[in-house]
Amino acid sequence: MLKIENLTKSYTSGGRALTVLQHVSFELRAGDTLSIIGSSGSGKTTLLGLSAGLDRATSGSVWLNGIRLDDLSEDQRAAVRNEHVGFIFQNFQLLPTLTALENVLVPLELRGISNGTATAQALLERVGLGGRGHHYPTQLSGGEQQRVSLARAFANRPKILFADEPTGNLDAETSATVEELLFELNREAGTTLVLVTHDPELANKTQRVIRLKGGQLVADSAA
Amino acid sequence: MTNFLWLWRMAWRDSRRSRSRLLLFSAAIVLGIAALVGINGFGANLARSIDEQARELLGADLVLSSSQPIDSTLRPTLDRLGRTRSREVSFASLVQFPKGQGVRLAQVRAITGGFPFYGTWRTEPESAVAQFRQATGGQRVALVDDALLAQFNAQPGDSIRVGKLTFLIAGRVRETPGQSGFSAAVAPTVFIPGDVLAGTGLLQRGSRVQYRTYYLFAPGTDVAKTIKPLEKRLDAANISSDTIAERKQQTGRSFADLTRFLNLVAFVALLLGCVGVASAVSLYVREKIASVAVLRCLGASGSQALLIYLLQVAALGLAGALLGAALGTAVQLLLPRVFAEFLPVAVDIQVSWGAVAQGVLTGVLVAVLFALLPLLSIRRVSPLRTLRASFEEDTTAPDPLRYLVYGLIFVFITGFAYLQTREVKLALGFAAGLLVALGGLAGVAAGLRWLVRRFFPTSWSYVWRQGLANLYRPNNQTLLLIISIGLGVFLMATLYITQGLLLSRVQVASGENQPNLVLFDIQPAQRVDVAQLLTQRRLPVLQQVPIVTMRLTELNGQPTSELKKDSTSGRSRGSLTREYRVTYRDTLISSEQLAEGKLPYLAADGTPHISIETGFFERLKLKLGDTLTFNVQGAPLLTIVSGTRTVDWTRVQTNFGVVFPNGVLEPAPQFYVLLTRVPDNTVLGSVQRELVQRFPNVSAIDLGLILQTLDDILSKISFVIRFMAFFSIATGLVVLISSVVVSRYQRVQESVLLRTLGASRRQMLRITLVEYALLGLLAAATGLVMAVLAGWALAFWVFDIGFTASPLPLLLLAALTTVLTIVIGLFNSRDVLTRPPLAVLRGEG
Ligand SMILES: Nc1ncnc2c1ncn2[C@@H]1O[C@H](COP(=O)(O)OP(=O)(O)O)[C@@H](O)[C@H]1O
Ligand SMILES: [Mg+2]
Repeated sequence: MLKIENLTKSYTSGGRALTVLQHVSFELRAGDTLSIIGSSGSGKTTLLGLSAGLDRATSGSVWLNGIRLDDLSEDQRAAVRNEHVGFIFQNFQLLPTLTALENVLVPLELRGISNGTATAQALLERVGLGGRGHHYPTQLSGGEQQRVSLARAFANRPKILFADEPTGNLDAETSATVEELLFELNREAGTTLVLVTHDPELANKTQRVIRLKGGQLVADSAA
Repeated sequence: MTNFLWLWRMAWRDSRRSRSRLLLFSAAIVLGIAALVGINGFGANLARSIDEQARELLGADLVLSSSQPIDSTLRPTLDRLGRTRSREVSFASLVQFPKGQGVRLAQVRAITGGFPFYGTWRTEPESAVAQFRQATGGQRVALVDDALLAQFNAQPGDSIRVGKLTFLIAGRVRETPGQSGFSAAVAPTVFIPGDVLAGTGLLQRGSRVQYRTYYLFAPGTDVAKTIKPLEKRLDAANISSDTIAERKQQTGRSFADLTRFLNLVAFVALLLGCVGVASAVSLYVREKIASVAVLRCLGASGSQALLIYLLQVAALGLAGALLGAALGTAVQLLLPRVFAEFLPVAVDIQVSWGAVAQGVLTGVLVAVLFALLPLLSIRRVSPLRTLRASFEEDTTAPDPLRYLVYGLIFVFITGFAYLQTREVKLALGFAAGLLVALGGLAGVAAGLRWLVRRFFPTSWSYVWRQGLANLYRPNNQTLLLIISIGLGVFLMATLYITQGLLLSRVQVASGENQPNLVLFDIQPAQRVDVAQLLTQRRLPVLQQVPIVTMRLTELNGQPTSELKKDSTSGRSRGSLTREYRVTYRDTLISSEQLAEGKLPYLAADGTPHISIETGFFERLKLKLGDTLTFNVQGAPLLTIVSGTRTVDWTRVQTNFGVVFPNGVLEPAPQFYVLLTRVPDNTVLGSVQRELVQRFPNVSAIDLGLILQTLDDILSKISFVIRFMAFFSIATGLVVLISSVVVSRYQRVQESVLLRTLGASRRQMLRITLVEYALLGLLAAATGLVMAVLAGWALAFWVFDIGFTASPLPLLLLAALTTVLTIVIGLFNSRDVLTRPPLAVLRGEG
């Protein structure tokens, strides 16, 4: 499902090259769940971004569902994302000008599905927000926003889900609900999951955990 | 496009929560288009009215006029022209209302036949026209302009004395075809029947009389073609002809300056609209970047994201343009009312759909084109932004589309300037000027950033350092603010300078020692007595000028009758055929300056060396040393052109195209003009009364009245100019607001941080103050300098006048802009300053 091979990413700033990810490789099969852990600045987000095709690596390759992302243009990668990928962000990233329901509809509509309202409404109900569809993000609490974001992530039935510290901005109690929902939905849909987190407890809920340090893969529970 | 409908739906959904932002954007369009539609609609109405009413302007199909009675050999031929004719003899004379002992100068028009053939002669009572036309056989009835009756409180039924005869006033004239309210006020007319003219005793030698014949042709006759074979004979007899087609052109031309200026206003208002659109949209785009990144993440392509916002902008542009067109139409309906009195035609008010369509189209085009510039960057927003808040796109790669948009904008501006002015050179000049201004402003912005960085005053206080550093730090707003504020100031100041230039051109000096009464047609024998009449009343004789009339017969030995046929020479026909009114003196007067060569002088061999006014000199394509032969009332006189003068025609002086030296023309038949200044209307009345009794051939022109009427017109013109400029200023304000608002979103994060770190409200205020004061001041100053250059260029190339500009209002404009920038800047950061930092950080999701 996801194959990372020898991935390296470096930035040049002020004439000096800074390598933030070095020779990282791993592979996931369909339905696998993975946590990426590591201290702040270790390159977790960078790795996630590269895996999801949001950015280009300096060297190395990424295969997503058998598609090699390295040579695709930004628009081609966008199409791949819409087809196969779901996202959950630390700061929710709902479109502030759209209602909850409309936010969930976006991935469907982007695929050209114009009668997705029922699907979207069902998903909202699934995350316990059936009655809040017409509310704008600012009218929802953080936990509620993240639940809308979960509904949106699963709307296009993605094969793989990327989540960057999904509970990082939430209090413990809300976090628990969101985590529970995330794993439930994931199980139901059989989605491959890649999760970045600080929280060892959350990490332990996935089948596999890898640890980054200074941009290098230093531990892999599957190894 | 996979899913156009979806793009529309997204555009619609997204706009729901951004309407107030988009309002600024629409406001710029609304105002720009309102000015455009208002002005173009008015122009179209004026042109159409002139077209429709040209027949009424003339009152006939053809008018032949001459300053002498028509030659008896030519008369039979001319009398066979057309279906019907009407004859008129007109001259200026003092008229008297015996009832109230009132005297004043009026235009007397003695009419035989059915004038006017077109248009209505509006009188009260209406039957007066019929009564006037039937008054043959010596009946003494007159029609009198309302202005005259009103001045002396006279009524139809009263009597009026013209020369030696007394007339019954049959009616009050409200409107005469071909005469504007303005000319009726300056020289109000008394119409009398032609067959009693001789009885008035006013037709004496030396007085200036016009003989006109009005012709009515069968409908559909090509008048120009009919009189073509007669042209030579008419020229020889010094008879000028006037057809409807010619009158149309003339009338259009006399409003050329006004139209050009209004076109400039429209152009400026629209450009300000463009600047407004560009800066409002770049503000909008910055706000939307986060949303775009999410859309990209979810799989929207770059062009889809761009289209969502482009559709929004286009729809709003359309709405703004429609609203602007409606507002402009209202303005357009208003303009003719303001100008009504001195326009020669009644501009009938009609919605000009052409102007409306052009305005709406232009509005949408401006919205899309100028919004595209900032919108293009949307395609390059990276989805990585969803993961990293402070992510910066790699913007180093050139975007070919951007250059395409730049090209389109240049084509659009040039094309628009061409459509407004219909002159290719002018259009290119406008566009180039704008480009220079833009380049200058960008240069200044870059220079400022470089200077501040290079010579950073490390020893200055914290507030200054922070404020200055804001000018060059990443994401700084220096370029955007300097360009948008600077362009706004530039355009408005240019408009203001031009307005001043045009007003100064028509300004009539009415200062203390300026003459306000002109006495014409004084015979040499009367000269001493008339001067005495004035000095007895302690009135000054400010100028006493002899005038000799003559005609040009040869230029460098070639007869003018031949030169006239050569249409390739570029010589103005009018200058060749006209009657020259010439004076003689060896010096210049205060309104004149020597341009080239010498003052007029009499050579030792007795040949007069004459001085020509520069405009004349050009129209006749003369060189110094050319010889001109004049026919001075029968006698040929050879002269040499040996100098040119510039003449300030706006000064109340007796100004002449040709000045002879002393010692040649003294024996020639001549009359005198005398200028004086009377303190008030009572003295004026008594002078006029005595003049009409003792010297009935002498006419007097009350300049005071003319000055007042001119003043009236000028204040109306400047009202319109200010009114139209208001639109530009309002648009400028929108530009200012949107460009400053842009910066708010940049500064919030930083300011909050500073606040969190403990900077006081006062410090924050002062940092903002330093930053905006510098930006505002620099932008305004640069814009001003550019405007002075542009004003000079416009004066020189477009309006052909000397450049002047009053610095005070311009400095005021600059100061006001700076203050407004600061105020709006501070107002914008009030959020950051008054709310607790955490609330602000949470504010935008
Ligand atoms: N655009 C960039 N330019 C330079 N360095 C960057 C850029 N983006 C991230 N980095 C650096 O890469 C390193 C890894 O960042 P990140 O992947 O966000 O870490 P994590 O998510 O584990 O906290 C950090 O040291 C960060 O400063
Ligand atoms: Mg991270």
